[in-house]
Amino acid sequence: MYHKEKSLQIKNSASALYNNLGVLRIAPKQLTYFTVVHANVVNMVSASWDGLNYSHRQLQSKEPNVATSTSLIMQAAFCALPSRDLLVVTSQKGIQIYESDGSIMVYWHALETPETPTETAVFARGISAVWENYICVGVSSGAILVFDIPSKGSNITLSEVLEEHNESITDMAPECSGSQECIANLVTADDGGNLCLWKSGEEFQVLNKIPGFEYVMSCSSVKLWKGTVVAGYGSGQIRLYEAVTGILHAEVNAHARWIYSLDIAPFSGLLLSAAEDSLVRVWHLSMTPETNTVEVAHLHNECVTDTQICGAKFCDGDGYAFAVTGYDLSEIIRYVQP
Amino acid sequence: MSSRTLPLLFINLGGEMLYILDQRLRAQNIPADKAKKVMNDIITTMFHKKFLEELFKPQELYSKKTLRTVFDRLAHASIMRLNQASMDKLYDLMTMAFKYQVLLCPRPKDLLLVSFNHMDAIKDFARESPSILAQVDETYQQLIEMYTPLSSGDFQLIRQTLLIFFQDMHIRVSIFLKDKVQNSNGRFVLPTTGPVPHGTQVPGLIRIFSCTGEELTRLQFNNGGNYTGALREGSFDLCGERITKLGTNMYSVSRPVETHMSGTSKNSAQHKKVNSAPNPLAKEELNLLAMLMGGLEVDKPGNTDSGFRVNLFATDEEEEEALLSRPDELSYGIINIQATQDQQTNAELAKIMGEFPQGEDHPSSASSKGDDLLAMMDGL
Repeated sequence: MYHKEKSLQIKNSASALYNNLGVLRIAPKQLTYFTVVHANVVNMVSASWDGLNYSHRQLQSKEPNVATSTSLIMQAAFCALPSRDLLVVTSQKGIQIYESDGSIMVYWHALETPETPTETAVFARGISAVWENYICVGVSSGAILVFDIPSKGSNITLSEVLEEHNESITDMAPECSGSQECIANLVTADDGGNLCLWKSGEEFQVLNKIPGFEYVMSCSSVKLWKGTVVAGYGSGQIRLYEAVTGILHAEVNAHARWIYSLDIAPFSGLLLSAAEDSLVRVWHLSMTPETNTVEVAHLHNECVTDTQICGAKFCDGDGYAFAVTGYDLSEIIRYVQP
Repeated sequence: MSSRTLPLLFINLGGEMLYILDQRLRAQNIPADKAKKVMNDIITTMFHKKFLEELFKPQELYSKKTLRTVFDRLAHASIMRLNQASMDKLYDLMTMAFKYQVLLCPRPKDLLLVSFNHMDAIKDFARESPSILAQVDETYQQLIEMYTPLSSGDFQLIRQTLLIFFQDMHIRVSIFLKDKVQNSNGRFVLPTTGPVPHGTQVPGLIRIFSCTGEELTRLQFNNGGNYTGALREGSFDLCGERITKLGTNMYSVSRPVETHMSGTSKNSAQHKKVNSAPNPLAKEELNLLAMLMGGLEVDKPGNTDSGFRVNLFATDEEEEEALLSRPDELSYGIINIQATQDQQTNAELAKIMGEFPQGEDHPSSASSKGDDLLAMMDGL
């Protein structure tokens, strides 16, 4: 179904972090941007669609104007809003927001870090653009910071702090079908496997909470499509829930190890899952509104030999191509349908 | 990242070091009483009360250089000496072995079982010495107290922190190559066969439910591997069957320890350069080092005959050759620690230096120990 294409080399190897691959397609410029985190650096590659031009850039996590402070980066992700695209980088010290090409930092938010380290780590993780002009970022305490994004410029403000989760936020995702009918437009996940569904606005509303399993198992990656939550867990399972009711639609024993990344191609309903077990799997989701059920069909496997995968994303809305990163690997592997 | 990583890093690396030293002491036919003394001295230093207190405090991981210094000190806690090349090789083996164990842990919580495997072996090494056994038991208690309440997500964060520490290390280890757990490019083999971790199901099943909760369909898919059901869970108690073999002693007199230095130049472009920029050490790191140095209350007899050198290579010539041919990017360099301007810390260290027994009667080691300390004080 897919074959391997030429890999993109990156300056450093990828670190073992959840959802460690960011992809942004820029149609007007016929370019795709990729981001991969390595310790305290974000490696950005810009690849032209004709495969002829590549450029690289590295972003460091540090407070502006402070030369020596460095901190480990937990995640870097693109946020595509109606008015603009931005790149968000979260670390142990705070949150940096850049223009999507990484050229200028437009905003810095410092996390409250204690003087001496405490037993529980402090960091920001979990990034999502949310309708219409918000960017949400999770924190290790379980709090979610909501930033109000102006259509241009750097006048970004912290609009709200949501406190529903009690464990570290792992991932979050917006409703990606483009449909305005869906009531919930944000799902957030935590280390206890708990999921929260939100409706955005001046004041975000929590619509539903889906608790984790009886024995606490982290949800490391989550997606929301056509009102269905797709969640990947440390046990290797994928579960599909109806967002607003919490009804379990499907359960898949998908991987033999911890799942690190999920992605959905919104136009085709293809689902990508990747785990520490070296496997990337492609599935197809289809909704049957009449019976209120969701079908899951397994389509394809790719084994990245001897690699614990940490990031996997479709490169386009149809799922025609996807890209993969792995721990200790200094390349972005790409697969494409013939 | 996780502030609870250092104890696991230290204990597991220490365990690997003891396995390797034990094998070399036997291979070189060091008399049993001397060998026992070395092992006991190292274990008692590792688990010194004050040192453990410092170790178990919540803190970020040390830099690679600092950790290497700590293990240098530890390896020299007794009458045994190691040349630079042997110390380098020892450290390479320790780190690659633990990297392998961290990577192959079926689930992050199994990292604790790996640590218990090391602890079980250390307990066995110290079995004839009740006071050391008491120290080991105390350490078990601290491990159990700190780590058993942690969730799977907490352990994964610890594991991710360790993986960042070990990032880009691909030193080839002969015993791993022979057992086919490492490829010739230095990367570890990750099998897609074998038992799944405890708590995971064998991949292959899709279950679809109706909106009232009844199962509508079951579908099977090809998982691309050859997995079997999970084994029973290992014990997290003071003693018990750990089930996993990761962290147990893989060396024996018949399986010697070697590393391949040649051929790694192919990967040199991707090797992380050892950071030679000035490293403002955190106060905490200096404290731990100070504790370690201060805790060296080892009984050193006056005569020079009891001291001896251990070689990690088969011959002295090989050792010499290894030192000369070690690729630059793999050299740990002279440990040049530029201490902070903190007056108090300087005073503490100076005080501990002053406590060091002067006028010891083995000239070579006394002066080199002094040299080492001076090298560390560089920049104070």
